Amino acid sequence: MSQSRQEPTIIRRILITIALWYIGFFLVLPLMIVFASALHQGVGVYLSSLHDPMTLAAIRLTLLTAVVAVPLNLFFGIAASWAIVKFDFRGKNLLLTLIDLPLSVSPVISGLIYVLLFGAHGAWGPWLKAHGIQIIFTPAAIILTTLFVTFPLVARELIPMMKTLGNDEEEAAITLGAGGFKTFWYVTLPNIKWGLLYGVLLCNARAMGEFGAVSVVSGHIRGLTNTLPLHIEILYNEYQFTAAFAAASLLVFLALVTLVAKSLIELKFKAEQMPLLKGK
Amino acid sequence: MSIEVKGVSKTFDTFKALDRVDLNIETGELLALLGPSGSGKTTLLRIIAGLEVADEGQILFHGEDTKERKVKDRQVGFVFQHYALFRHMTVFENIAFGLRVKPKHLRLSDAQIKEKVHGLLRLIQLDYIGERYPWQLSGGQRQRIALARALAVEPKVLLLDEPFGSLDAQVRKELRQWLRRFHDQLHITSLFVTHDQEEALEVADKIVVMNKGRLEQVGTPEEVYHKPANKFVLNFLGNVNFFHARVVDGKAYLGNAMIDLPDLHKNSKTASLFVRPHQFELTRQPKDGSSLKAVALTINPAGSVVKIDLKSEGGDTFQAEITQEEFQALRFQKGDTIYVSLRQVTYYEYEI
Repeated sequence: MSQSRQEPTIIRRILITIALWYIGFFLVLPLMIVFASALHQGVGVYLSSLHDPMTLAAIRLTLLTAVVAVPLNLFFGIAASWAIVKFDFRGKNLLLTLIDLPLSVSPVISGLIYVLLFGAHGAWGPWLKAHGIQIIFTPAAIILTTLFVTFPLVARELIPMMKTLGNDEEEAAITLGAGGFKTFWYVTLPNIKWGLLYGVLLCNARAMGEFGAVSVVSGHIRGLTNTLPLHIEILYNEYQFTAAFAAASLLVFLALVTLVAKSLIELKFKAEQMPLLKGK
Repeated sequence: MSIEVKGVSKTFDTFKALDRVDLNIETGELLALLGPSGSGKTTLLRIIAGLEVADEGQILFHGEDTKERKVKDRQVGFVFQHYALFRHMTVFENIAFGLRVKPKHLRLSDAQIKEKVHGLLRLIQLDYIGERYPWQLSGGQRQRIALARALAVEPKVLLLDEPFGSLDAQVRKELRQWLRRFHDQLHITSLFVTHDQEEALEVADKIVVMNKGRLEQVGTPEEVYHKPANKFVLNFLGNVNFFHARVVDGKAYLGNAMIDLPDLHKNSKTASLFVRPHQFELTRQPKDGSSLKAVALTINPAGSVVKIDLKSEGGDTFQAEITQEEFQALRFQKGDTIYVSLRQVTYYEYEI
């Protein structure tokens, strides 16, 4: 801090200018273009292109995907973090590594593995076909793929947090007569709530915005298996720019809301964490 | 409630934390588990609480095996070294927790809970901080809250894991006297773990000295201090000086000084002598043939006793304590020659 103050003013100004221009050019400008393109034929056209039945179907599917994927991964995230932090078992490190897998693998692969599993020529394909179950190219495949892609997000937030918190409070609760559920509900959950919320937020943003993995399993059936990101691509490829950007503006809006919520959570968390750190 | 520990063993990976430990704890006793770190004292406490499971052996509460009893049904109060207060709850809610999580048919009404918690807050003399959060309190206050929280559910046994371990010296002293008085009021069977011998000697009715997963000695503070069962106990409880003596014809020698050890065996060749700092007598002139000639290396008169580090003719260094009155009379200075007699000795003899 004190060192940076000793830098000549001119260097400070140059650095700040570079940073601001960079962000402006590569981040703010494109975002504004999204809204500008969406609205350049007027609000009426903007709204009517959102009212298109295909767009509405895409929005519905995106919401459905998030509504299924987020709670499931919330549950999985808590279970996995609890298992990893509170118990010692064989294969714990393997589990930790595997949780990170979806983040390190290309989204195309994430989609492909489901095609290889459930596709007509996949491992379970013939069996599924014999029983009249179709998974690939249906919303089910989209939800499954999204689950795969987003499943590390909650656990990764919780594990380091729960490690820092330790086991003492839970043990105290048990000796005071609380059962497993009450201990979790009254002691663990309040301590991890901000981390949990943060993880859910990331999970939700990714679930709604995922493109690559979903694209592989979707089959792009209009009104049926197109999520919002896929729908935007189709519109764009068909030169329906206004409609494409109108739909895109929804995703951008989601991103902005996520960003604001994230900042608020971080602020709140810091305010609560400060005394906690002092209290340790 | 009485507690019986029968042949309890526990191994962590390859580390043997407890090795067939047997212990009886009488109802209403205040007992200290004393030992260096890694001696298994905390493990034993946690096994009694049910927070750890013994590999073998039994824990009996009032003669009844606790194996099938879950932690939450054991009716033990546990106080953790780092307090483990619920950080997002107020002091009041912390203490009320155990009352609130009881099954509905056993739960007190809100008014009764309120009354009880305030009663406990008064008992620990912190009635005015019920609405504060743990992080707003000092360490000593937090530990008292932790104790009140444990007592709220009226446990049959109170287990304290290094309860004063993270407090500074002054608060430690106050709090342990307070614990002693507290126990005299409540008479609840209590065990506390400590590595501080002074704390154990001052507070406990009975001390269990542990080392390497075994019990070295169980006895009153007086017994373990004055009649240590073995070298480890002797060494661990209080400062002690060690001398290596030659034995000839049943008489022990330190350099030229002959030390009078009454029951020495004729065949012994050597003996280990243990002398506590206050068991020396220091004089300007040799008293008789048993006086050890030594030089004062350092003298520290600050404190209730005067500590003098000495080096004997034979090269042994040791520490003696004399009272301020003796020091005023003798006025030793650094470098002075001092004659040392042993008022009291604990010794072990060997035939080699």
